[in-house]
Amino acid sequence: MSIDSYPLVADWLGVENGRLVLQTGKVDLGQRISTALIRIAAQELSVPASSVDVASVRTGKSLDEGITSGSNSIQQSGAAQRLACATAREWVIARAADQLKAQANALILEDGNITHRATNEQIAVLDLLSELPANLAIDPAAPARDVSGSVVDMPPRGLDAMVRGRFVYVHDLERPGMLHARIICPPKTDAVLKEVDPDIIARLSEKGMSVVRDGSFLAVAGPEEWSVVRAATAMGNACTWDIGAGLQTGDVFKMMADKEAQRFAVLQGKPDPAADVPSQLDAPQYSEVFERPYTLHGALAPSAALATYSDGKLEILTHSQGIYFLRDSIADSLGLAPANVVLEHVPGSGCYGHNAADDAAFEAALIAQAHPDTPILLKYSRTDEHGREPVSTAMAVRIEARKNDAAEISELWMETRGDTHRGRPRAGANRAGPARLAANAARDCDVPRFVPEPNMNRHAGLHRNLDPIYAFSNKRLVKALVPDLPLRPSALRCLGAPANVLAIESMMDECACDAGVDPISYRLRHLEDSRAAAVLGKLHDILTMAGACTEEAGRGIAYAQYKNEMTRVAVAVDLTVSDTGAVVLNHVRLVADAGRVVDPDGLAAQLEGGVLQGASWALHEQVVWGRDGRESLDWDSYPVLRFDNVPTIDVTIIGSDQEVSLGAGEASPGPTVAAIANGIFAATGLRLRRLPFDADAVLKAALQA
Amino acid sequence: MGKSRAVLSLSVNGKMVQITSDPDTPLAYVLRNELNLKGTKIGCGLEQCGACTVLADGEAVQSCATPVAVFADQKITTVEGLADTEDGRRVQEAFMSARAAQCGYCTAGLVVKVTALARAGADAERNSLKDALTGHLCRCGSHPRVLQAAEAVLGENR
Repeated sequence: MSIDSYPLVADWLGVENGRLVLQTGKVDLGQRISTALIRIAAQELSVPASSVDVASVRTGKSLDEGITSGSNSIQQSGAAQRLACATAREWVIARAADQLKAQANALILEDGNITHRATNEQIAVLDLLSELPANLAIDPAAPARDVSGSVVDMPPRGLDAMVRGRFVYVHDLERPGMLHARIICPPKTDAVLKEVDPDIIARLSEKGMSVVRDGSFLAVAGPEEWSVVRAATAMGNACTWDIGAGLQTGDVFKMMADKEAQRFAVLQGKPDPAADVPSQLDAPQYSEVFERPYTLHGALAPSAALATYSDGKLEILTHSQGIYFLRDSIADSLGLAPANVVLEHVPGSGCYGHNAADDAAFEAALIAQAHPDTPILLKYSRTDEHGREPVSTAMAVRIEARKNDAAEISELWMETRGDTHRGRPRAGANRAGPARLAANAARDCDVPRFVPEPNMNRHAGLHRNLDPIYAFSNKRLVKALVPDLPLRPSALRCLGAPANVLAIESMMDECACDAGVDPISYRLRHLEDSRAAAVLGKLHDILTMAGACTEEAGRGIAYAQYKNEMTRVAVAVDLTVSDTGAVVLNHVRLVADAGRVVDPDGLAAQLEGGVLQGASWALHEQVVWGRDGRESLDWDSYPVLRFDNVPTIDVTIIGSDQEVSLGAGEASPGPTVAAIANGIFAATGLRLRRLPFDADAVLKAALQA
Repeated sequence: MGKSRAVLSLSVNGKMVQITSDPDTPLAYVLRNELNLKGTKIGCGLEQCGACTVLADGEAVQSCATPVAVFADQKITTVEGLADTEDGRRVQEAFMSARAAQCGYCTAGLVVKVTALARAGADAERNSLKDALTGHLCRCGSHPRVLQAAEAVLGENR
């Protein structure tokens, strides 16, 4: 936990200029972690939320909490902040008791003050906090404050500025003397730049623009943004690239089946290299394969960064999710001491994982090094972002089951297969940090090609949510890493969970149907976790109240607990399938247990957003590519969910304040994907097992039925 | 680009301003870089996502690809200018009440669009609204809150 690295209260909070300032290493991506941290502090210390700030996240100054990912922020930074505040509260009360010459139980902590019940003498909490001893250690047993009935409410941080168009993103930064920059995106990451027309470089130079070239990395910078945009387009047309054999084309699922895989038994959620890889079942009664294609993050804003190089030092403003790892990877790439590279987080648009943010930060630095003392604002174009950002790997999940006499699943074999989800720049063997920055594949440098290592952590990567939460008596689970598939993969929201949950929850639905049992009751028969049962039970009650969906519609159910240890989510999707094969989402009902809730509205927003991102994956998203590079290069060639197919979403939160707060940012997409698959079956009788379930896929399945 | 620059007059947020950008420059770049109105976002430069939506003579239009010269005779209102109008303020307050943003990058364009719908007396029925907003992409999934805000504003119009 984060307090192991940062054990002092002063690491986490302090008073500056009469305001409480919280420290964190987690960055706000629109998931409202900074709002949640403020609410935690306001609750624990009974100070007004309006008097609490969150410090900007900057290397050398902020806490190093790794990457803002994995739905971990509430359980890491949030839990640590709560303990730091609770420790501070105990100290503050003791201090006030001393100053007011009172017993602690004669004091009331309320509305930012500590008041003596008998004398009404008051001391402001912020005044007391400003005297916190620098060496006060966090008490890991400091109790959370009982706030029942007095939940802090505050608008999400930044919302007011967002609706007024005044929220500042990296893209909006201005600096004196700043140059705008664009890269010339190669057709594939390691394409070799054979030639760029020298006339065009001369012409751009006459117009006050400069071209930066390092090996096959090519960029243009100039004072006027639109001129730079046009220059980049012109240069792109004037380049000759050698793409070698090009990208391997064809069916990625066949490629990953044919290639040799690194296979591991997964025991208690963890790959075990010492254990025998379990064999498939004899004569399984259920045996299917579920497939998910390559998908993009598809952030609404193409990636950007502002970099300045002065006196041998780099400062980079970036929307990266992991500024310390990125700093080390950039420093290693450029032969700089990490202390001479400073990164600060500035918001970008929502990113949903490792998109091109880190690459853009490094590339802005490369351009800045060629223009000392000049701030460089690099922005990707939409085509750059779609064409260059790391994708989420395609995955194939084979699932087999045998049932007992009661039609319950007794034996299960599953293999989850795909490329890595770990493409973030981060130190490792063979300079794995620099090797995971796209520009290093193009520069004149000796950075080796990145070769992924299997992620052996619990419930990680491909095997996230591979282990079914259901109490099957015999579970045989396999992780199969297949590197060297055509596209560069990395982390997208939920990692392997959506494909694995789709497989498990489709199987549960089919087996329930075969058994003639309703899908919720069938799941409950296999569940020992009482909180899972409570979530499904609540969904059952809600659906009973709502009544059946219309006759032409179908209702699909799914359940998952993210990483088998975070927020529990049950989803019901009511949908219809049109004559053209298009799936129309009507109504989504979701029940979640996230333990103690920090921000009810923020939690609901994350769950709703996850439903819609899951729906977009389920119905639309897949990356298309050819020998010469990606062909999904904009929002027409890479369709996503739009407003016209947004369902009504009802979110119900259950759970107890006595339980720890659980991460929720990635809890709903997986079960939503599966519930849509099950809803399509309920509406049409068709079982679709390869994402996306777009109109073509539905019609094809109907023709084959 | 080029040395000789025709000066263009443009009406933005109720004021006439002189523009020195090349007349081919898309409006959004002029608003952001020359007039420092950064609320208008560029998400694609292809008129596919709606982040750059502004009002031109009261109509919601995308500004990321159409040259500024095309707008010379029109009155442009950006998200920053909406706060000066009653309709605009109502829409912004409705977005606040519904907490209709996550990362916020699509939000300004949606605020502008909903203001245009409110002024046009558009139908507050949900399916009509969904169709009316479908040119706007949101990737975080703030859609239900945006629809809630839009329904609240358009519903009051009745």
